[in-house]
Amino acid sequence: MARSMCWHCQSEVTGEYFCDRCVKVQPLSKESDYFTCFGLPRLLTVDLNALETKFYELSRAFHPDFFQRKTDAEQAISLGNSALLNTAYRTLKDPVRRAEYLVQLEAGSAKDIRTSPPADLFEEILELQEGLDGFRSLSTEENVSERAAFRTKLMGEREHLEQRQQAMESDLLSLFTQWDRLQAQDDHNPAVRAEKDGTLKHLREILSNRTYLRNIVNDLTATIG
Amino acid sequence: MARIFGIDLGTTNSLIAYMDGQTPRIIPGRHGRTMVPSVVALTDNGLIVGDPAKDHLTRGSERTVYSVKRFMGRGLADVAEELKYFPYRLVEQGGVIRIQLGEKSYSPPQISAMILKELKLRAEAHLGEDVSKVVITVPAYFNDSQRQATKDAGLIAGLEVLRIINEPTAAALAYGLQKHTQGQIAVFDLGGGTFDISILKLKNGIFEVLSTNGDTHLGGDDFDRLVADHFLKEIRPRHGVDVHAFPDTMQAVRLEAEQAKIRLSDEQNTSVRIELPEGHGEFRSDLTRDQLETLTKDLVERTLGPCRFALKDAGLQPSEIDEVVLVGGSTRMPLVRRQVQDLFGKAPHSNLNPDEVVALGAAVQADILSGGIQDMLLLDVTPLSLGIETMGGVMSSLIRRNTTIPSSAKEMFTTYVDGQTSVDIHILQGERELAQDNRSLARFQLKMPPLPAGVPRIEVTFLIDANGILNVTAKDVRTEKVQSIQVKPSYGLSDDEVERMIGESFKFAAEDLQARQLIEARTEAEAILKATEKALQQGGRLITPEETTSINAVLASLEAARVQRDHKAIRACITDVEKATHHLAEVLMDHCLKEALENKKLSELT
Repeated sequence: MARSMCWHCQSEVTGEYFCDRCVKVQPLSKESDYFTCFGLPRLLTVDLNALETKFYELSRAFHPDFFQRKTDAEQAISLGNSALLNTAYRTLKDPVRRAEYLVQLEAGSAKDIRTSPPADLFEEILELQEGLDGFRSLSTEENVSERAAFRTKLMGEREHLEQRQQAMESDLLSLFTQWDRLQAQDDHNPAVRAEKDGTLKHLREILSNRTYLRNIVNDLTATIG
Repeated sequence: MARIFGIDLGTTNSLIAYMDGQTPRIIPGRHGRTMVPSVVALTDNGLIVGDPAKDHLTRGSERTVYSVKRFMGRGLADVAEELKYFPYRLVEQGGVIRIQLGEKSYSPPQISAMILKELKLRAEAHLGEDVSKVVITVPAYFNDSQRQATKDAGLIAGLEVLRIINEPTAAALAYGLQKHTQGQIAVFDLGGGTFDISILKLKNGIFEVLSTNGDTHLGGDDFDRLVADHFLKEIRPRHGVDVHAFPDTMQAVRLEAEQAKIRLSDEQNTSVRIELPEGHGEFRSDLTRDQLETLTKDLVERTLGPCRFALKDAGLQPSEIDEVVLVGGSTRMPLVRRQVQDLFGKAPHSNLNPDEVVALGAAVQADILSGGIQDMLLLDVTPLSLGIETMGGVMSSLIRRNTTIPSSAKEMFTTYVDGQTSVDIHILQGERELAQDNRSLARFQLKMPPLPAGVPRIEVTFLIDANGILNVTAKDVRTEKVQSIQVKPSYGLSDDEVERMIGESFKFAAEDLQARQLIEARTEAEAILKATEKALQQGGRLITPEETTSINAVLASLEAARVQRDHKAIRACITDVEKATHHLAEVLMDHCLKEALENKKLSELT
């Protein structure tokens, strides 16, 4: 956390979350990201037990329950810190949200990761959409056998897509390891920097394909059951 | 600092509890009962609450309000289907339901406030100290409007509501305090009107809610209705009377259905008697547990869906739940217990009274807030996703369901047209794609500086606080100026209305304790007079003439005291009547038993 002046007694804050001198709670810095909030390096592999322990510890420090009898200013800080902490924990706990967040942090400007179809699956997905439309256009009373045939085909497709999803998950994990290895190296080395950028780009691609596939599979499941 | 009290404001019953050292305790009323029926009645003597009001359900049902919790934070359209079940009249005014009682109409928070005041008085009388700060529980699946309405009820009752907490999590606190449990627990809470399921992780004093789900319109009331309908179907052909035209009898049927349901939790079969109106005689019937279970099976199964969703959101399999805790009176039903056991594959716990555990937990949370218990901390979640309506009527989610609270989300707004001076924002809660399918919470208008399109940048922060209640603030990013926002709730009272009701409530509070006690005493006197006269008619021949004379004497003095203004004198007379009629009550009871037995023998013979 960035060191600064205590909002209350104006002395320099040296304690971690509370002023050493007047013992008032300090607001988490607006600049601090979710990783620094938990005192973690910007890595993609996270020890979930340690994360939880830290989350509980910080919750005990900031939760509004413990500021009920304090001043309005302290209550407001407690509320703000708790809200930030909860969002940070929710983001870091989940590997996909964690990766999305890191890509946003590192690659800057782009706010949202768009969902886009994997390039190599483009044809297949177009075909699948037609199949889905076809299935939906058939009424349930008549065309029983036709529907059954469509259904079998779509189920095969779904299986294929689910395999692809699993492949993506393992790709994601290997990118996690790759990123963490690069983080340990000298950032000023242009070769390292380039490799990092490449990793981020790859991460972003997988994340966006992943969301796209998930939507398609959900749609499939909703249609054929 | 003043003590903080915990209140369970239930659909059927309400309770108040406090922390006595390390132990949470329920505060009993004058007769030792811990529960105050959540019933408010308008009588000729004024408004009454609790047990005496409950007596009016079958005597003045049109002016007796029960299950008002079902209407908290809702519009008339939300409850259209069940309106026919309620004998009192509901109207809508400015998006808020009002209940017509005589000349006046009351909002659900006002009715709830009367129940809260009753609890406050009860605690004040018991402990001899002022009660001003409270924690109130709500169903976990209550949306923002319903929570806000509960908070309003507290304000109207003159209470400072320091926290709104969820009923299942309150129960978990009470359990955790008692047993120091660790691990993953499921709290299955089926009350009088609502169902909640919450999955928690308990570790080193932290109670982290992983997920919650539920149905705010599923509870004991619904079971009672099915049983009542079953009786009504029998009554009509047998007695040739449609009871629907007699609200008081309808209530008698409902109450008898409730009692039969309760008895069938311990017995395999039970018999009911209901006196029919206008000389149609008495309806007698039997109901078996199997029949009850056939009637209620579908309703009980409706709890399964929410349980599965909650497990899925928590990322757990049923087998990963270490303990299952039962809360709410309806979990006494064997069918409910069996179903819970089937789902989770283990026998559920209920070593704390399911009627009291929520209030006890509220007292624990109250103690945490007052700085007593420091090693327990509840981390709860918001049950429903919060979002805003975007172009095309789609809901854009800002805070997802099951996010730990407090939680906030920021959203930037700008203009689409040069010189545009405002943007309308519609806040929603729910899980559906389209705005129209979700709950409308509120609308507000964001002021924009008159600049070219896209230049203004207003950052709006949506914060769900530890009560699960939404707070909205806006800031102009260029000028750093904070903008005040007037949020118009879709289904709630505006701040002005709440203010006015608080004022009114204080005016009514001027009918001080004495007046209240007088009303209660008079009401009880009336009930006793009626009951004794009836008993004399039925059993007068079973007692000696001397006894009849002395009973008539005490009745006469009660009759005389009743019109006076001294509640203590009335109470004294009531005690006299109770003493004088003790023997009569006994012989009547024996007589009825004998009669019942004889009837049985007769039916067995034929």
